[in-house]
Amino acid sequence: MSEELVLSLRHVTSGYRTGGMLRRGAYQEVLHDVTFDVRHGEILGLVGESGTGKSTLARTILGMVRPDKGEVIHYTKRPQMIFQDPYSSLNPAYTVGWILEEPLRIYGKYPAQERKRRVREMLARVELPEECLTARPAALSGGQRQRVSIAAALIKRPRFLIADEPVSALDVTIQAQILDLLRTLRDELDLSYLFISHDLNVVYQLCDRVLVMKEGRIVEQGRVEEIFDHPKEAYTKQLLAAAE
Amino acid sequence: MRHWNGYLRAGTILLAILTAAIVVGCFWTPYDPTAMSVGPAFDPPSLQHLLGTDRFGRDIFSRVLKGAGTTFAIAGATVAVGAVCGTAIGALTGYFGGVVDGVLMRLGDVLTAFPSILLALVIISILGPGNKYNVVIALGLVFIPSFARVTRTAFASLRDVNYVKSAQLMGASSLRILCVHILPNTLQVLLPAVTIGFNNAVLAEASMSFLGIGVTPPDASLGYMLSEAQSMLSAAPWYALGTGAAIVLLVFSVGLVGEGLQRRGGEVA
Repeated sequence: MSEELVLSLRHVTSGYRTGGMLRRGAYQEVLHDVTFDVRHGEILGLVGESGTGKSTLARTILGMVRPDKGEVIHYTKRPQMIFQDPYSSLNPAYTVGWILEEPLRIYGKYPAQERKRRVREMLARVELPEECLTARPAALSGGQRQRVSIAAALIKRPRFLIADEPVSALDVTIQAQILDLLRTLRDELDLSYLFISHDLNVVYQLCDRVLVMKEGRIVEQGRVEEIFDHPKEAYTKQLLAAAE
Repeated sequence: MRHWNGYLRAGTILLAILTAAIVVGCFWTPYDPTAMSVGPAFDPPSLQHLLGTDRFGRDIFSRVLKGAGTTFAIAGATVAVGAVCGTAIGALTGYFGGVVDGVLMRLGDVLTAFPSILLALVIISILGPGNKYNVVIALGLVFIPSFARVTRTAFASLRDVNYVKSAQLMGASSLRILCVHILPNTLQVLLPAVTIGFNNAVLAEASMSFLGIGVTPPDASLGYMLSEAQSMLSAAPWYALGTGAAIVLLVFSVGLVGEGLQRRGGEVA
Protein backbone atom coordinates (compact mmCIF):
# COMPACT_ATOMS: atom_id res chain seq x y z
CA MET A 1 0.00 0.00 0.00
CA SER A 2 1.48 3.31 -1.08
CA GLU A 3 1.15 6.65 0.63
CA GLU A 4 -0.38 8.21 -2.45
CA LEU A 5 -3.76 9.81 -1.62
CA VAL A 6 -7.08 9.61 -3.45
CA LEU A 7 -9.05 11.95 -1.21
CA SER A 8 -8.43 14.46 1.57
CA LEU A 9 -10.91 16.21 3.78
CA ARG A 10 -9.57 19.23 5.68
CA HIS A 11 -11.60 20.67 8.56
CA VAL A 12 -14.89 20.04 6.78
CA THR A 13 -17.91 21.47 8.54
CA SER A 14 -21.27 20.95 6.93
CA GLY A 15 -24.90 21.38 7.86
CA TYR A 16 -28.29 22.51 6.72
CA ARG A 17 -30.85 25.08 7.59
CA THR A 18 -34.32 23.96 8.65
CA GLY A 19 -37.46 25.77 7.59
CA GLY A 20 -39.17 26.27 4.26
CA MET A 21 -39.70 28.82 1.56
CA LEU A 22 -40.78 31.74 3.73
CA ARG A 23 -39.15 31.07 7.06
CA ARG A 24 -35.46 30.77 7.75
CA GLY A 25 -35.01 28.09 10.37
CA ALA A 26 -32.18 27.28 12.73
CA TYR A 27 -28.81 26.08 11.45
CA GLN A 28 -28.19 22.42 12.15
CA GLU A 29 -24.58 21.34 12.04
CA VAL A 30 -24.08 17.74 10.91
CA LEU A 31 -20.34 17.45 10.32
CA HIS A 32 -17.88 19.19 12.57
CA ASP A 33 -14.25 19.78 11.66
CA VAL A 34 -13.79 16.48 9.84
CA THR A 35 -10.24 15.79 8.66
CA PHE A 36 -8.99 12.54 7.15
CA ASP A 37 -7.27 11.07 4.08
CA VAL A 38 -8.09 8.09 1.93
CA ARG A 39 -4.92 6.42 0.71
CA HIS A 40 -4.48 4.74 -2.62
CA GLY A 41 -5.56 1.11 -2.56
CA GLU A 42 -6.98 1.04 0.91
CA ILE A 43 -10.41 0.19 2.24
CA LEU A 44 -11.24 2.81 4.81
CA GLY A 45 -14.10 1.97 7.14
CA LEU A 46 -16.42 4.58 8.58
CA VAL A 47 -18.36 3.45 11.62
CA GLY A 48 -20.77 5.16 13.98
CA GLU A 49 -24.37 5.04 15.08
CA SER A 50 -27.12 5.96 12.65
CA GLY A 51 -27.83 9.68 12.58
CA THR A 52 -24.24 10.57 13.26
CA GLY A 53 -23.62 12.11 9.83
CA LYS A 54 -22.08 9.22 7.89
CA SER A 55 -24.37 9.65 4.91
CA THR A 56 -23.98 13.43 4.99
CA LEU A 57 -20.24 12.86 4.88
CA ALA A 58 -20.68 10.68 1.78
CA ARG A 59 -22.89 13.31 0.15
CA THR A 60 -20.34 16.01 0.97
CA ILE A 61 -17.54 14.03 -0.64
CA LEU A 62 -19.69 13.49 -3.73
CA GLY A 63 -20.45 17.19 -3.95
CA MET A 64 -24.17 16.81 -3.32
CA VAL A 65 -23.76 18.86 -0.16
CA ARG A 66 -21.46 21.87 -0.17
CA PRO A 67 -19.22 22.13 2.89
CA ASP A 68 -19.72 25.33 4.89
CA LYS A 69 -16.10 25.36 6.00
CA GLY A 70 -12.99 23.43 5.06
CA GLU A 71 -12.26 21.68 1.79
CA VAL A 72 -12.72 18.36 0.03
CA ILE A 73 -9.74 17.54 -2.21
CA HIS A 74 -10.10 14.89 -4.89
CA TYR A 75 -6.88 13.49 -6.32
CA THR A 76 -8.71 11.23 -8.80
CA LYS A 77 -11.70 11.64 -11.06
CA ARG A 78 -15.18 11.79 -9.56
CA PRO A 79 -15.88 8.95 -7.15
CA GLN A 80 -18.96 6.76 -7.58
CA MET A 81 -21.28 5.42 -4.95
CA ILE A 82 -23.00 2.15 -4.05
CA PHE A 83 -26.17 2.54 -2.03
CA GLN A 84 -27.47 0.46 0.81
CA ASP A 85 -30.81 -0.57 -0.61
CA PRO A 86 -30.32 -2.65 -3.76
CA TYR A 87 -34.06 -2.38 -4.41
CA SER A 88 -34.19 1.37 -4.98
CA SER A 89 -30.78 1.87 -6.58
CA LEU A 90 -31.66 0.23 -9.91
CA ASN A 91 -34.24 1.81 -12.20
CA PRO A 92 -37.15 -0.69 -12.35
CA ALA A 93 -38.22 0.49 -15.81
CA TYR A 94 -35.12 -0.78 -17.60
CA THR A 95 -33.12 -3.95 -18.17
CA VAL A 96 -29.79 -4.59 -16.49
CA GLY A 97 -28.03 -4.13 -19.83
CA TRP A 98 -29.56 -0.68 -20.24
CA ILE A 99 -28.75 0.30 -16.65
CA LEU A 100 -25.10 -0.72 -17.03
CA GLU A 101 -24.77 1.06 -20.37
CA GLU A 102 -26.38 4.29 -19.16
CA PRO A 103 -23.28 5.80 -17.45
CA LEU A 104 -21.33 5.29 -20.69
CA ARG A 105 -24.15 6.77 -22.76
CA ILE A 106 -24.17 9.84 -20.51
CA TYR A 107 -20.42 10.07 -20.82
CA GLY A 108 -20.96 10.01 -24.57
CA LYS A 109 -17.42 9.20 -25.74
CA TYR A 110 -17.82 5.58 -26.79
CA PRO A 111 -19.59 4.10 -29.83
CA ALA A 112 -22.42 1.66 -29.13
CA GLN A 113 -20.31 -1.43 -29.81
CA GLU A 114 -17.59 -0.37 -27.39
CA ARG A 115 -20.26 0.39 -24.75
CA LYS A 116 -21.76 -3.09 -25.15
CA ARG A 117 -18.32 -4.67 -24.93
CA ARG A 118 -17.55 -2.83 -21.67
CA VAL A 119 -20.93 -3.77 -20.24
CA ARG A 120 -20.31 -7.47 -20.92
CA GLU A 121 -16.82 -7.25 -19.48
CA MET A 122 -18.05 -5.60 -16.29
CA LEU A 123 -20.88 -8.11 -15.96
CA ALA A 124 -18.30 -10.90 -16.00
CA ARG A 125 -16.22 -9.08 -13.41
CA VAL A 126 -19.12 -8.99 -10.95
CA GLU A 127 -19.72 -12.68 -11.74
CA LEU A 128 -23.17 -12.41 -13.24
CA PRO A 129 -24.32 -14.54 -16.22
CA GLU A 130 -24.99 -12.89 -19.60
CA GLU A 131 -28.72 -13.68 -19.29
CA CYS A 132 -28.93 -10.93 -16.68
CA LEU A 133 -28.48 -8.31 -19.40
CA THR A 134 -32.05 -8.69 -20.57
CA ALA A 135 -33.56 -9.10 -17.09
CA ARG A 136 -35.23 -6.31 -15.21
CA PRO A 137 -34.12 -5.62 -11.62
CA ALA A 138 -37.41 -7.04 -10.27
CA ALA A 139 -36.36 -10.47 -11.53
CA LEU A 140 -33.06 -10.46 -9.59
CA SER A 141 -32.24 -11.38 -6.02
CA GLY A 142 -30.89 -8.84 -3.55
CA GLY A 143 -27.35 -10.10 -3.98
CA GLN A 144 -27.58 -10.00 -7.77
CA ARG A 145 -28.96 -6.48 -7.64
CA GLN A 146 -26.08 -5.35 -5.48
CA ARG A 147 -23.68 -6.88 -8.02
CA VAL A 148 -25.40 -4.89 -10.74
CA SER A 149 -25.12 -1.72 -8.62
CA ILE A 150 -21.42 -2.35 -8.18
CA ALA A 151 -20.99 -2.94 -11.92
CA ALA A 152 -22.89 0.28 -12.72
CA ALA A 153 -20.72 2.24 -10.31
CA LEU A 154 -17.52 0.80 -11.76
CA ILE A 155 -18.33 0.90 -15.47
CA LYS A 156 -16.77 4.31 -15.95
CA ARG A 157 -13.67 3.03 -14.17
CA PRO A 158 -13.50 5.38 -11.21
CA ARG A 159 -10.52 4.98 -8.89
CA PHE A 160 -12.44 5.62 -5.72
CA LEU A 161 -15.75 4.21 -4.58
CA ILE A 162 -17.99 5.14 -1.67
CA ALA A 163 -20.08 2.24 -0.40
CA ASP A 164 -22.87 3.25 1.97
CA GLU A 165 -23.86 0.13 3.94
CA PRO A 166 -23.64 -1.99 0.77
CA VAL A 167 -24.29 -5.33 2.48
CA SER A 168 -26.52 -4.47 5.42
CA ALA A 169 -29.71 -5.30 3.51
CA LEU A 170 -28.43 -8.76 2.52
CA ASP A 171 -28.36 -12.22 4.10
CA VAL A 172 -25.17 -13.18 5.90
CA THR A 173 -24.01 -15.68 3.23
CA ILE A 174 -24.68 -13.19 0.44
CA GLN A 175 -22.90 -10.52 2.51
CA ALA A 176 -19.74 -12.62 2.54
CA GLN A 177 -19.89 -13.11 -1.23
CA ILE A 178 -20.32 -9.37 -1.88
CA LEU A 179 -17.47 -8.52 0.50
CA ASP A 180 -15.27 -11.02 -1.34
CA LEU A 181 -16.23 -9.45 -4.63
CA LEU A 182 -15.42 -5.95 -3.35
CA ARG A 183 -12.01 -7.16 -2.20
CA THR A 184 -11.28 -8.87 -5.54
CA LEU A 185 -12.36 -5.82 -7.51
CA ARG A 186 -10.19 -3.57 -5.36
CA ASP A 187 -7.16 -5.67 -6.28
CA GLU A 188 -8.02 -6.15 -9.96
CA LEU A 189 -9.16 -2.62 -10.74
CA ASP A 190 -6.81 -0.78 -8.40
CA LEU A 191 -9.59 0.81 -6.35
CA SER A 192 -9.87 2.55 -3.01
CA TYR A 193 -13.04 2.43 -0.94
CA LEU A 194 -14.70 4.45 1.73
CA PHE A 195 -16.81 1.76 3.34
CA ILE A 196 -19.62 3.08 5.52
CA SER A 197 -21.13 0.59 7.91
CA HIS A 198 -22.66 0.22 11.32
CA ASP A 199 -21.68 -3.45 11.37
CA LEU A 200 -18.29 -3.65 13.10
CA ASN A 201 -17.81 -7.30 12.20
CA VAL A 202 -18.04 -6.50 8.51
CA VAL A 203 -15.64 -3.58 8.93
CA TYR A 204 -13.19 -5.82 10.78
CA GLN A 205 -13.27 -8.40 7.97
CA LEU A 206 -12.91 -5.97 5.11
CA CYS A 207 -11.21 -2.74 6.07
CA ASP A 208 -7.58 -1.68 6.43
CA ARG A 209 -8.19 1.42 8.48
CA VAL A 210 -11.24 2.74 10.25
CA LEU A 211 -12.73 6.10 11.23
CA VAL A 212 -14.99 6.22 14.26
CA MET A 213 -17.57 8.94 14.05
CA LYS A 214 -19.74 10.38 16.79
CA GLU A 215 -22.14 13.28 16.47
CA GLY A 216 -20.48 14.61 13.35
CA ARG A 217 -16.91 14.35 14.61
CA ILE A 218 -14.19 11.83 13.92
CA VAL A 219 -13.34 10.68 17.45
CA GLU A 220 -10.76 8.06 16.58
CA GLN A 221 -8.96 6.74 13.51
CA GLY A 222 -6.27 4.21 12.82
CA ARG A 223 -5.55 0.67 11.64
CA VAL A 224 -8.45 -1.69 12.18
CA GLU A 225 -6.55 -4.09 14.49
CA GLU A 226 -5.31 -1.21 16.63
CA ILE A 227 -8.72 0.38 17.02
CA PHE A 228 -10.54 -2.89 17.58
CA ASP A 229 -7.98 -4.39 19.97
CA HIS A 230 -6.96 -1.26 21.82
CA PRO A 231 -9.68 1.35 21.57
CA LYS A 232 -8.73 4.61 23.25
CA GLU A 233 -12.02 6.46 23.22
CA ALA A 234 -14.87 5.50 25.52
CA TYR A 235 -17.28 5.76 22.58
CA THR A 236 -15.31 3.25 20.52
CA LYS A 237 -15.28 0.85 23.47
CA GLN A 238 -19.02 1.27 23.74
CA LEU A 239 -19.54 0.49 20.04
CA LEU A 240 -17.29 -2.56 20.28
CA ALA A 241 -19.04 -3.82 23.37
CA ALA A 242 -22.39 -3.47 21.62
CA ALA A 243 -21.14 -5.51 18.65
CA GLU A 244 -19.85 -8.44 20.72
CA MET B 1 -48.17 -5.72 -22.05
CA ARG B 2 -46.88 -7.74 -19.17
CA HIS B 3 -49.89 -8.15 -16.95
CA TRP B 4 -53.42 -8.45 -18.25
CA ASN B 5 -56.44 -8.51 -16.06
CA GLY B 6 -60.17 -8.77 -16.61
CA TYR B 7 -60.74 -5.03 -16.61
CA LEU B 8 -57.93 -4.32 -19.01
CA ARG B 9 -58.93 -7.13 -21.36
CA ALA B 10 -62.64 -6.25 -21.45
CA GLY B 11 -61.91 -2.53 -21.75
CA THR B 12 -59.38 -2.99 -24.53
CA ILE B 13 -61.69 -5.25 -26.55
CA LEU B 14 -64.66 -2.89 -26.17
CA LEU B 15 -62.53 0.15 -26.95
CA ALA B 16 -61.05 -1.59 -29.99
CA ILE B 17 -64.56 -2.33 -31.34
CA LEU B 18 -65.68 1.27 -30.74
CA THR B 19 -62.51 2.69 -32.27
CA ALA B 20 -62.95 0.45 -35.32
CA ALA B 21 -66.56 1.65 -35.67
CA ILE B 22 -65.45 5.27 -35.32
CA VAL B 23 -62.69 4.86 -37.88
CA VAL B 24 -65.12 3.22 -40.31
CA GLY B 25 -67.57 6.07 -39.57
CA CYS B 26 -65.01 8.59 -40.72
CA PHE B 27 -64.99 7.10 -44.23
CA TRP B 28 -68.28 5.29 -44.62
CA THR B 29 -71.69 5.46 -42.96
CA PRO B 30 -74.82 3.55 -44.03
CA TYR B 31 -76.40 6.84 -45.05
CA ASP B 32 -75.11 10.39 -45.42
CA PRO B 33 -75.35 11.63 -41.80
CA THR B 34 -76.45 15.12 -42.88
CA ALA B 35 -78.75 14.12 -45.77
CA MET B 36 -82.42 14.67 -45.01
CA SER B 37 -85.26 12.35 -45.89
CA VAL B 38 -83.19 9.22 -46.39
CA GLY B 39 -86.19 7.59 -44.72
CA PRO B 40 -89.52 8.65 -43.30
CA ALA B 41 -89.36 11.11 -40.38
CA PHE B 42 -89.56 9.66 -36.85
CA ASP B 43 -89.10 6.12 -38.14
CA PRO B 44 -88.48 3.80 -35.14
CA PRO B 45 -85.42 1.53 -35.15
CA SER B 46 -85.54 -1.10 -37.88
CA LEU B 47 -83.14 -3.09 -40.04
CA GLN B 48 -82.98 -0.22 -42.55
CA HIS B 49 -82.34 2.35 -39.85
CA LEU B 50 -80.69 0.67 -36.85
CA LEU B 51 -81.38 3.60 -34.53
CA GLY B 52 -84.36 5.00 -36.44
CA THR B 53 -84.63 8.45 -37.98
CA ASP B 54 -85.16 11.95 -36.64
CA ARG B 55 -87.58 14.77 -37.51
CA PHE B 56 -85.84 15.42 -40.82
CA GLY B 57 -85.65 11.79 -41.80
CA ARG B 58 -81.89 11.59 -41.16
CA ASP B 59 -80.41 8.21 -40.27
CA ILE B 60 -79.50 8.38 -36.59
CA PHE B 61 -77.06 5.46 -36.63
CA SER B 62 -74.99 7.24 -39.28
CA ARG B 63 -75.14 10.45 -37.26
CA VAL B 64 -74.02 8.66 -34.08
CA LEU B 65 -71.06 7.07 -35.91
CA LYS B 66 -69.96 10.44 -37.28
CA GLY B 67 -70.68 12.28 -34.01
CA ALA B 68 -68.75 9.73 -31.95
CA GLY B 69 -65.77 10.40 -34.20
CA THR B 70 -65.97 14.13 -33.54
CA THR B 71 -66.36 13.59 -29.81
CA PHE B 72 -63.49 11.10 -29.77
CA ALA B 73 -61.20 13.49 -31.65
CA ILE B 74 -62.05 16.46 -29.44
CA ALA B 75 -61.65 14.47 -26.23
CA GLY B 76 -58.37 12.97 -27.46
CA ALA B 77 -56.95 16.35 -28.46
CA THR B 78 -58.11 17.89 -25.17
CA VAL B 79 -56.41 15.20 -23.12
CA ALA B 80 -53.29 15.50 -25.25
CA VAL B 81 -53.09 19.25 -24.57
CA GLY B 82 -53.82 18.82 -20.87
CA ALA B 83 -51.57 15.80 -20.37
CA VAL B 84 -48.55 17.14 -22.26
CA CYS B 85 -48.63 20.61 -20.66
CA GLY B 86 -49.66 19.26 -17.26
CA THR B 87 -46.96 16.57 -17.27
CA ALA B 88 -44.29 19.08 -18.27
CA ILE B 89 -45.31 21.51 -15.52
CA GLY B 90 -45.72 18.77 -12.93
CA ALA B 91 -42.38 17.19 -13.80
CA LEU B 92 -40.48 20.46 -13.48
CA THR B 93 -42.16 21.60 -10.28
CA GLY B 94 -42.05 18.16 -8.67
CA TYR B 95 -38.38 17.62 -9.48
CA PHE B 96 -36.99 21.07 -8.81
CA GLY B 97 -39.40 22.24 -6.10
CA GLY B 98 -38.72 25.65 -4.64
CA VAL B 99 -40.46 28.94 -5.24
CA VAL B 100 -41.64 28.18 -8.81
CA ASP B 101 -43.25 25.01 -7.48
CA GLY B 102 -45.08 26.93 -4.76
CA VAL B 103 -46.33 29.63 -7.11
CA LEU B 104 -47.46 27.29 -9.91
CA MET B 105 -49.23 24.90 -7.57
CA ARG B 106 -51.13 27.72 -5.82
CA LEU B 107 -52.09 28.99 -9.28
CA GLY B 108 -53.36 25.48 -10.03
CA ASP B 109 -55.37 25.54 -6.79
CA VAL B 110 -57.02 28.78 -7.88
CA LEU B 111 -57.92 27.27 -11.26
CA THR B 112 -59.34 24.09 -9.73
CA ALA B 113 -61.43 26.18 -7.32
CA PHE B 114 -63.62 27.19 -10.29
CA PRO B 115 -66.10 24.62 -11.63
CA SER B 116 -64.35 23.30 -14.73
CA ILE B 117 -67.28 23.87 -17.11
CA LEU B 118 -67.58 27.47 -15.92
CA LEU B 119 -63.87 28.02 -16.45
CA ALA B 120 -64.06 26.49 -19.93
CA LEU B 121 -67.04 28.76 -20.64
CA VAL B 122 -65.02 31.83 -19.70
CA ILE B 123 -62.10 30.76 -21.91
CA ILE B 124 -64.46 29.94 -24.80
CA SER B 125 -66.12 33.33 -24.58
CA ILE B 126 -62.68 34.96 -24.70
CA LEU B 127 -61.50 32.84 -27.67
CA GLY B 128 -64.80 32.97 -29.49
CA PRO B 129 -67.48 30.26 -29.49
CA GLY B 130 -68.55 27.89 -32.23
CA ASN B 131 -65.11 26.60 -33.18
CA LYS B 132 -64.04 23.08 -32.28
CA TYR B 133 -60.38 24.08 -31.94
CA ASN B 134 -61.34 26.65 -29.33
CA VAL B 135 -63.26 23.93 -27.46
CA VAL B 136 -60.07 21.84 -27.43
CA ILE B 137 -57.95 24.74 -26.18
CA ALA B 138 -60.45 25.74 -23.50
CA LEU B 139 -60.95 22.23 -22.15
CA GLY B 140 -57.24 21.46 -22.47
CA LEU B 141 -56.34 24.47 -20.34
CA VAL B 142 -58.93 23.47 -17.75
CA PHE B 143 -57.40 19.99 -17.59
CA ILE B 144 -53.80 21.11 -17.06
CA PRO B 145 -53.89 21.59 -13.25
CA SER B 146 -55.16 18.09 -12.47
CA PHE B 147 -52.49 16.47 -14.66
CA ALA B 148 -49.85 18.78 -13.22
CA ARG B 149 -50.80 17.79 -9.69
CA VAL B 150 -50.73 14.04 -10.35
CA THR B 151 -47.40 14.30 -12.19
CA ARG B 152 -45.88 16.58 -9.58
CA THR B 153 -46.63 14.10 -6.79
CA ALA B 154 -45.14 11.23 -8.78
CA PHE B 155 -41.98 13.14 -9.71
CA ALA B 156 -41.50 14.56 -6.22
CA SER B 157 -41.68 11.06 -4.71
CA LEU B 158 -39.03 9.75 -7.11
CA ARG B 159 -36.73 12.78 -6.89
CA ASP B 160 -34.67 11.37 -4.01
CA VAL B 161 -34.74 7.72 -5.02
CA ASN B 162 -31.30 6.14 -5.28
CA TYR B 163 -31.37 5.40 -9.00
CA VAL B 164 -32.08 9.08 -9.62
CA LYS B 165 -29.19 10.04 -7.31
CA SER B 166 -26.96 7.61 -9.22
CA ALA B 167 -27.91 9.25 -12.51
CA GLN B 168 -27.10 12.65 -11.02
CA LEU B 169 -23.73 11.35 -9.84
CA MET B 170 -22.98 10.06 -13.33
CA GLY B 171 -23.53 13.56 -14.63
CA ALA B 172 -26.83 13.03 -16.46
CA SER B 173 -28.55 16.26 -17.49
CA SER B 174 -31.75 17.25 -15.70
CA LEU B 175 -33.71 16.77 -18.92
CA ARG B 176 -32.35 13.23 -19.26
CA ILE B 177 -33.15 12.43 -15.65
CA LEU B 178 -36.70 13.75 -16.01
CA CYS B 179 -37.54 12.12 -19.34
CA VAL B 180 -35.48 8.93 -19.33
CA HIS B 181 -35.02 8.02 -15.66
CA ILE B 182 -38.17 9.24 -13.93
CA LEU B 183 -40.93 9.49 -16.55
CA PRO B 184 -41.18 5.74 -17.37
CA ASN B 185 -41.66 5.03 -13.68
CA THR B 186 -44.56 7.47 -13.39
CA LEU B 187 -46.54 5.92 -16.28
CA GLN B 188 -48.47 3.60 -14.01
CA VAL B 189 -49.85 6.70 -12.31
CA LEU B 190 -50.10 8.85 -15.44
CA LEU B 191 -51.85 6.38 -17.76
CA PRO B 192 -54.90 5.89 -15.49
CA ALA B 193 -55.00 9.68 -15.08
CA VAL B 194 -55.06 10.01 -18.87
CA THR B 195 -58.02 7.62 -19.17
CA ILE B 196 -59.92 9.44 -16.44
CA GLY B 197 -59.09 12.72 -18.14
CA PHE B 198 -60.33 11.36 -21.46
CA ASN B 199 -63.67 10.44 -19.92
CA ASN B 200 -63.99 13.82 -18.26
CA ALA B 201 -63.21 15.41 -21.62
CA VAL B 202 -65.91 13.36 -23.37
CA LEU B 203 -68.44 14.42 -20.74
CA ALA B 204 -67.27 18.05 -20.67
CA GLU B 205 -67.45 18.32 -24.46
CA ALA B 206 -70.90 16.74 -24.40
CA SER B 207 -72.09 19.18 -21.72
CA MET B 208 -70.67 22.18 -23.58
CA SER B 209 -72.15 21.16 -26.90
CA PHE B 210 -75.42 20.39 -25.14
CA LEU B 211 -75.37 23.95 -23.80
CA GLY B 212 -74.67 25.21 -27.30
CA ILE B 213 -71.17 26.59 -26.73
CA GLY B 214 -69.26 23.66 -28.11
CA VAL B 215 -69.46 22.17 -31.56
CA THR B 216 -71.80 23.86 -34.06
CA PRO B 217 -73.26 22.56 -37.34
CA PRO B 218 -72.25 21.23 -39.80
CA ASP B 219 -70.00 19.40 -37.26
CA ALA B 220 -72.01 17.16 -34.99
CA SER B 221 -70.67 15.73 -31.75
CA LEU B 222 -72.55 13.38 -29.46
CA GLY B 223 -73.24 16.24 -27.05
CA TYR B 224 -74.65 18.44 -29.79
CA MET B 225 -76.84 15.59 -30.99
CA LEU B 226 -78.09 15.01 -27.47
CA SER B 227 -79.29 18.59 -27.26
CA GLU B 228 -80.96 18.14 -30.65
CA ALA B 229 -82.59 14.92 -29.46
CA GLN B 230 -84.03 16.68 -26.46
CA SER B 231 -86.43 18.64 -28.66
CA MET B 232 -87.90 15.46 -30.10
CA LEU B 233 -87.71 13.32 -26.99
CA SER B 234 -91.35 12.13 -27.11
CA ALA B 235 -91.57 11.65 -30.88
CA ALA B 236 -88.20 9.98 -31.34
CA PRO B 237 -86.90 8.70 -27.97
CA TRP B 238 -84.47 6.42 -29.83
CA TYR B 239 -82.45 9.47 -30.87
CA ALA B 240 -81.61 10.41 -27.26
CA LEU B 241 -81.20 6.78 -26.24
CA GLY B 242 -78.89 5.88 -29.12
CA THR B 243 -76.73 8.94 -28.66
CA GLY B 244 -76.65 8.56 -24.88
CA ALA B 245 -75.74 4.89 -25.19
CA ALA B 246 -72.82 5.82 -27.46
CA ILE B 247 -71.49 8.26 -24.84
CA VAL B 248 -71.95 5.71 -22.06
CA LEU B 249 -70.18 2.96 -24.04
CA LEU B 250 -67.25 5.21 -24.87
CA VAL B 251 -66.83 6.38 -21.28
CA PHE B 252 -67.38 2.88 -19.93
CA SER B 253 -64.75 1.22 -22.14
CA VAL B 254 -62.10 3.85 -21.44
CA GLY B 255 -62.99 3.67 -17.74
CA LEU B 256 -62.43 -0.10 -17.82
CA VAL B 257 -59.03 0.35 -19.44
CA GLY B 258 -58.12 2.95 -16.79
CA GLU B 259 -59.25 0.69 -13.96
CA GLY B 260 -57.29 -2.19 -15.48
CA LEU B 261 -54.14 -0.09 -15.80
CA GLN B 262 -54.46 1.09 -12.23
CA ARG B 263 -54.84 -2.45 -10.91
CA ARG B 264 -51.94 -3.63 -13.01
CA GLY B 265 -49.85 -0.82 -11.53
CA GLY B 266 -50.83 -2.09 -8.09
CA GLU B 267 -49.77 -5.63 -8.97
CA VAL B 268 -46.40 -4.59 -10.32
CA ALA B 269 -45.53 -2.21 -7.48
